[in-house]
Amino acid sequence: MRPTDISVPDYFHKVVDCQWACPAHTPVPEYIRLIAAGRYSEAYMVNWVSNVFPGILGRTCDRPCEPACRRGRVEDETPDGHGERKAPVAICRLKRVAADYKEDIRHLLPPPAAQKNGRRIACVGAGPASLTVARDLAPLGYEVVIYDGDALAGGMMRTQIPKFRLPEEVIDEETGYVLDLGVELRGGQYVSSLKNLLGEGYDAIFIGSGAPRGHDLDIPGRKEAAKSIHLGIDWLASVAFGHTTSIGKRVIVLGGGNTAMDCCRSSRRLGGEDVKVIVRSGFEQMKASPWEKEDAMHEGIPILNNLVPKAFTHIGGRLTGATFEKVRAVFDENGRRSLIPTGEPDAHFDCDEVLVAVGQDNSFPWIERDIGIEFDKWGLPKVDEATMQSTVPNVFVGGDAAFGPKNIIWAVAHGHQAAVSIDRMLNGEDIAQRPAPQTSLISQKMGIHQWMYDNAISADRRLRVPLRDLSAALKNIKIEVELGFDPQLAFQEAQRCLNCDVQTVFAAKLCIECDACMDICPMDSISFTVNGDEEDLRQRLSAPALDKSQDLYVSDSLKTGRVMVKDEDVCLHCGLCAERCPTGAWDMQKFLFETTYAGPACRNAGSAPPLPETPPPPAPEQPPKARRKPKPVPARDQQTA
Amino acid sequence: MTYLAKPRLHHPTLAKNRVGYTRRDYEGKISTLCAGCGHDSISAAIIQACWELDIEPHRVAKLSGIGCSSKTPDYFLGNSHGFNTVHGRMPSVLTGANLANRELIYLGVSGDGDSASIGLGQFAHVLRRGVNMTYIVENNGVYGLTKGQFSATADKGSKSKRGLANNDTPIDLASLALVMGATYIGRSFSGDKAQLVPLIRGAIAHQGAAVIDVVSPCIAFNNHSGSTKSYDYVREHNEAVNRLDFFPQREEITTEYGEGEVIDVRQHDGSILRLRKLHAEYDPSDRVRAMAYVQEHAARGEVVTGLLYVDNEACDLHQQINTVEHALNTLSAAELCPGSAVLEKINASLR
Repeated sequence: MRPTDISVPDYFHKVVDCQWACPAHTPVPEYIRLIAAGRYSEAYMVNWVSNVFPGILGRTCDRPCEPACRRGRVEDETPDGHGERKAPVAICRLKRVAADYKEDIRHLLPPPAAQKNGRRIACVGAGPASLTVARDLAPLGYEVVIYDGDALAGGMMRTQIPKFRLPEEVIDEETGYVLDLGVELRGGQYVSSLKNLLGEGYDAIFIGSGAPRGHDLDIPGRKEAAKSIHLGIDWLASVAFGHTTSIGKRVIVLGGGNTAMDCCRSSRRLGGEDVKVIVRSGFEQMKASPWEKEDAMHEGIPILNNLVPKAFTHIGGRLTGATFEKVRAVFDENGRRSLIPTGEPDAHFDCDEVLVAVGQDNSFPWIERDIGIEFDKWGLPKVDEATMQSTVPNVFVGGDAAFGPKNIIWAVAHGHQAAVSIDRMLNGEDIAQRPAPQTSLISQKMGIHQWMYDNAISADRRLRVPLRDLSAALKNIKIEVELGFDPQLAFQEAQRCLNCDVQTVFAAKLCIECDACMDICPMDSISFTVNGDEEDLRQRLSAPALDKSQDLYVSDSLKTGRVMVKDEDVCLHCGLCAERCPTGAWDMQKFLFETTYAGPACRNAGSAPPLPETPPPPAPEQPPKARRKPKPVPARDQQTA
Repeated sequence: MTYLAKPRLHHPTLAKNRVGYTRRDYEGKISTLCAGCGHDSISAAIIQACWELDIEPHRVAKLSGIGCSSKTPDYFLGNSHGFNTVHGRMPSVLTGANLANRELIYLGVSGDGDSASIGLGQFAHVLRRGVNMTYIVENNGVYGLTKGQFSATADKGSKSKRGLANNDTPIDLASLALVMGATYIGRSFSGDKAQLVPLIRGAIAHQGAAVIDVVSPCIAFNNHSGSTKSYDYVREHNEAVNRLDFFPQREEITTEYGEGEVIDVRQHDGSILRLRKLHAEYDPSDRVRAMAYVQEHAARGEVVTGLLYVDNEACDLHQQINTVEHALNTLSAAELCPGSAVLEKINASLR
């Protein structure tokens, strides 16, 4: 193999599995160390810069980082040597700790632009994608206007996520930070025509309108019993706005995704006593995150699998239940699933109300088909995956509106990229060319045994987030069920982080091949051997390197003609190789990877955007509008004020 | 050197041997030697060899004297018996222990100071008596604990870190072992585990006095350009006479070898030492030739390594003095006091 080029940003970025897996590439180990140090405000700001909604994501994120976490690959037995365990660091809930325990961070946020640059940007939908675009562009001087059919900002974060998971104050606070940057929210103004919006002369338009339409189930009885059958996301929105405050005693939730989990748990809080989730697929194949299934079951909600809804039963339009066909899943050689009836008699479940949460769709009735926006065969606009540009050059699309329903963190990632595209485009630069990330690599050595990070490996198991007592939690849909880690638990959990961003950096010319690093490495990650091709090398290292998604770090040729090969897969980043190295050939260096956001850094020219020749007349001083609920900041901030 | 204990986490494929232990189970406390010390590599080689041989840790007694090398038994086989003796007196204590309990595996670990200076007499006598043991000398040619004076194995003309040349004649422990009648003699280098691990495995299986002289660079005081015990010097002047593959009795030999390239030596316990020749004319069963060969090459500044000599008919001290089969502490009163009739018989035989 050729020597590894560690100057390529992706090489070390990939080693930081959590950050690599995060769509927004949040520097996870960086903020976890800050949490461990009790520096919550700084931890919050690391998050805010990267993912805009730390408090919201710390409660609701889909956590692509956690399955990627190296901790889940290296743990395999309990300290007493019995039993298996493989648990990632509780990254998501640590993020919430930063949000919960931070001080007033408003002075750390960028101020609204002192001078507008004359460019006007419209965002359709006030969800996470649009708010991210606004957050990135407004401080640069762009005039950002956000349109939304709802009065308040937040989009699905406000309308679909139940308040017992995400309290309203958190949404108010974090959407508020964005709006306070001088962003104009035109709440209650549903955009019904993109053509008209294009006609308003915006320099760029960002579509972040989400995937607002729930799938329906067209089976017998649906129409007749319609008043007791609700679409999941519409029902959740109705609950969020306070229009729906109760539900029947017996509720069936159809569907196996996270929306279904929110529906059933909400039902339990609105009077549902016998609530069950009925799913076509098997338990393992359900789309819901494992922890959301766990939470639902914890609240006494059974999940019944392999049942396909056949008909709603009713007596003269009064819903009595639903009938299901029993099936089993069969997978063909391509891994495609088909559900084969088992031939057993159909099952019938009595109920008073049904919530249908079997998926959601995009919906673009407001985009005229003759204005140049092309759609693909699934009815989604054609969007470039890197630039987020649609087929109309100054229209960009992101979040669920771009590639179908995903999650908040993807919406944020799309928003950042769209903002970069808009900033480059309006500065006359090629948007296909993407700005390089900003990286740094800094030695962590302070003394012979001293590092600027905690390199002792914690043997603790993953800690559970304390929950509110179930009977209290089920009484009120607005009471948050998770209490969050307290500082002590947060410290303990944070110490489980392996600091994968503190990289093992090897300097071949200093190596004397004493084997000290190889001997001390607890994970047998280091080998000194004759070079070969990758396939061959992977088999004959100190321990076989079986995970091909994890790179091999290959050095230049050493004095004996051999090379050092390190398998990055299960490295603990404990730094023992560097502590044992007599010549400093190994060093522990912190790799910080930061995505480049809109602004001078993302442009080739690097300069501030030039003002247009004829500056527009200064906007009249606007009185502060009630853009959000009157309690914009947490209570403790008000006390200090 | 590190203050941090090695984490217990390990590679997911870490295997268990026939007696149910992983290689990590043969480790000891965290080493306090200097970073890069050759001795730590030797410890790792001993750990590897014991794991591969499926040795139960409680079947091993590790004994050492005083010095950097003699500290190392603390860093491997943490679940074995250990004894740190007075400086240079490890061979006597080992001999005593071996006589009292012949059922353990004896591992003597010593250094050039402990074995070639203060303990030279002990070194010679334990070999000529043929005590069944593996005696590993971690040889760095320097007194590391007292800041880098020449030891008795430092080559004549080699330089100290401060630039002074050594005027004394070196003691070559491998040559001395040949003279003193050791029945398994190897020399190796801490930086070459592929050579060292099989040598240790063969030595442990050998039923007689086995000595391995391991050149082990002292990173703090003897790894400079004037040294003849540095990583660079040993790598440049290493003349390996053979490569040893060790096969315990139960292991099937599957590797293919070309004709005339190998010598098989079957040991008492049925294990096979398979030597791949690197120097065509070298014969490890000829003690006298071996002495000459080692000396000739030493005169040219070369370090001959590999299995230098092995006597597959070796017999040990217990056979020579005809002791009982079992450990003394397992003998019952009936065996220890066989009665007046037996005493009469013995007395009669002496009349």
